[in-house]
Amino acid sequence: MATRAKKTPAASARGKTSSTIKAPKPAEFSKDDELLAYREMLMIRRFEEKAGQLYGMGFIGGFCHLYIGQEAVVTGMQMAAKEGDQVITGYRDHGHMLAAGMESRGVMAELTGRQGGYSKGKGGSMHMFSKEKNFYGGHGIVGAQVSLGTGIAFGNKYRENGAVTMTYFGDGAANQGQVYESFNMASLWKLPVVYVIENNRYAMGTSVSRASAETDFSHRGTSFLIPGFQVDGMDVRAVKAAGELALEHARSGKGPIIVEMQTYRYRGHSMSDPAKYRSKDEVQKMRSEHDPIEQVKARILEKGYADEAELKAIDKEVRDIVSDAAEFAQTDPEPDASELYTDILH
Amino acid sequence: MPVDILMPALSPTMEEGNLAKWLVKEGDNVSSGDVIAEIETDKATMEVEAVDEGVIGKILIDEGAEGVKVNTPIAVLLQEGESADDIGKSAPPSGDPHGERSADGAAGEGTATDGNAVEDMDARRVPAEGKVHPEPSAPDVGSDPDIPDGTEMVPTTVREALRDAMAEEMRADETVFVMGEEVAEYQGAYKVTQGLLDEFGPKRVVDTPITEHGFAGVGVGAAMSGLRPIVEFMTFNFAMQAIDQIINSAAKTLYMSGGQMGAPMVFRGASGAAARVAAQHSQDYAAWYSHVPGLKVVMPYTAADAKGLLKAAIRDPNPVIFLENEILYGQTFDVPKLDDFVLPIGKARIHRSGSDCTIVSFGIGMTYAIKAAEELAGAGIECEVIDLRTIRPMDLPTVIESVKKTGRLVTVEEGFPQSSVGDFIANRVQREAFDYLDAPVVTIAGKDVPMPYAANLEKLALPNVGEVVDAVKTVTYAS
Ligand SMILES: Cc1ncc(C[n+]2csc(CCOP(=O)(O)OP(=O)(O)O)c2C)c(N)n1
Ligand SMILES: [Mg+2]
Repeated sequence: MATRAKKTPAASARGKTSSTIKAPKPAEFSKDDELLAYREMLMIRRFEEKAGQLYGMGFIGGFCHLYIGQEAVVTGMQMAAKEGDQVITGYRDHGHMLAAGMESRGVMAELTGRQGGYSKGKGGSMHMFSKEKNFYGGHGIVGAQVSLGTGIAFGNKYRENGAVTMTYFGDGAANQGQVYESFNMASLWKLPVVYVIENNRYAMGTSVSRASAETDFSHRGTSFLIPGFQVDGMDVRAVKAAGELALEHARSGKGPIIVEMQTYRYRGHSMSDPAKYRSKDEVQKMRSEHDPIEQVKARILEKGYADEAELKAIDKEVRDIVSDAAEFAQTDPEPDASELYTDILH
Repeated sequence: MPVDILMPALSPTMEEGNLAKWLVKEGDNVSSGDVIAEIETDKATMEVEAVDEGVIGKILIDEGAEGVKVNTPIAVLLQEGESADDIGKSAPPSGDPHGERSADGAAGEGTATDGNAVEDMDARRVPAEGKVHPEPSAPDVGSDPDIPDGTEMVPTTVREALRDAMAEEMRADETVFVMGEEVAEYQGAYKVTQGLLDEFGPKRVVDTPITEHGFAGVGVGAAMSGLRPIVEFMTFNFAMQAIDQIINSAAKTLYMSGGQMGAPMVFRGASGAAARVAAQHSQDYAAWYSHVPGLKVVMPYTAADAKGLLKAAIRDPNPVIFLENEILYGQTFDVPKLDDFVLPIGKARIHRSGSDCTIVSFGIGMTYAIKAAEELAGAGIECEVIDLRTIRPMDLPTVIESVKKTGRLVTVEEGFPQSSVGDFIANRVQREAFDYLDAPVVTIAGKDVPMPYAANLEKLALPNVGEVVDAVKTVTYAS
């Protein structure tokens, strides 16, 4: 008692939080892990490149936010997740959907606004869902998904289903008020939620340091006694290890946890942002030194898990799937006019 | 088969551009993501990245070429095992897009041509068959008593007019400042605040984090303390995060304090549907805010009105909701060259005189109203088109006077139909001019659905000129 009384309130809060949680070492990857990670990340990359191309050709309209550069985050997290765990994110969502196992055809056809899209063409790039794959969207309002993800976790606890909700949001979204309202409830009620902050250094044209007083996002839960740690989000092994630790923490009843993924988006905020707020060198440096796919590829070759020809074969397989999705998305008909009035109320 | 590399569109409405620079040459190996060329339009330069890997087999368009049409093959990429001999057999990566580009790219221009706006860059409001929004027509500005005869007129975009209004008021009053997301260093997500940071510095042009509820409240507090904030919402869709502060704090404080203090400020930004940005980003807030006592609600159509009314809004001692429109930002109108052009809030403008039917609209709704009136004039039906300009307080006397003359009324807006602005007008007109009406009032609005993404459905969800024409024919018993 005496020692506790001497502690300052802040110190005792920190003591209680284990906000000092250290990032785990990168996971040891087997041959299968490496090849799986390679294929999954390549699929996202090729899909996004194709989406960018279709946008340039006028098949995709509105906003289209590409995930290129950030592939390791969602890939590593899905490698750590269990069947039944849910995913929710913002509008930069194509990678999350593919990683959650959604069909590339259905995602691409939603991007082109066709009836075979996951939302029958009614939602578009930013608003897609799959109940079957436990993917809860696809949300266009920055920060909104954080409360929703917390609510999905509330449902998990209520039903005692053992599932954890992975709630993804950006460095910019991390400044929204409802994030902190959600943090408080999640911690108070020990909800099984992992907050994955995808810190790609920019929110549109605003760098983290211009928008955030505390730029270490893993500390954002401190006042709510939510522990957190930072992870190299360009290294899929580091992400997987972080995901395993965080998911286990949430699943075991200890409540929410924050994982700050340090990552980078190669492309502009949405399709045609010339990105004058950062230098070309900065982008080039990330691409050449930290690319998540190149890292895996280098390890695969070095360890002899596959040779160039075998990787080429994977590449071809992935390209074929993406081409097929693009073909489908361009030829599938637009939704029937009657769809205008469906799905408004049950 | 060799693959054609096509001239990409760097904005939704881009039709052509210049091939500024090749960064590869024939024979070079490229892989996905490599920057191969730079293209430019008048406002921006963008990099073209390779989507496939292979060898550059042939460069079809030389560096420096101007006016290269979007989707023109600019180079041929050879796949493994192919040689230059295979060129000619190349397949375009895909067929025609579903006709999403308009013939002249004028529709939905917005800031799309700016090439350096982030949010709106991608707004592609070019529907399946041609354009959703008709061209702007020259308003009958002579009828605006606020502009003296002989005043020089300067063609100005709505975007520039809004910026000029803010700059003029900031020069005149030290307490006026702008805050919002990307308003300073980025020059505005839609470039409305372009140049303001340079002139007024970061103290008065303030970039905020993405915290709408917070900075709206900060703005209200600053206004209560005697400053004159202009709070920019990137779009009003995001002001829904902040609507409590707008209504519970900004709109009600004067009343709750017994007149001691209020919130002299402007909340401004784009409202309404842009292009293909779907349900969460496409809402018209005119009716929403018009519901609230303690607010003024302005929604201009022309650049002149945008300027004169924004200046008035900044000076107004009350909270003013200033609803702009992304599609209109890039449209050009004549703006009077006057040292201090201020228009009265609460006064409608007769955009076109006529005796057969009154059409009342505001903001982008005017594009349908004007076009319909022109079409109907061809059929011998003369419409009087009234641009409300202010939704609250509403200039009902001007509307009622017109209805007394024409005996018929059609209203046009993009917002949802239930409890729409048109519903309110219809109610007041039937109460105050019942004996003059020769037909029931028809209200045209957006469809009663969230905005769909698909191009064909989006088009159906919005009002169109045909609906307005039909409505006028119905109320004039011409059909
Ligand atoms: C409430 C709200 N405010 C503003 C926007 C406009 N907007 C869309 S994305 C974005 C930047 C978000 O950045 P971040 O959270 O870092 O995610 P990233 O885009 O980097 O993935 C902004 C301001 C929005 N969609 N919703
Ligand atoms: Mg970010």
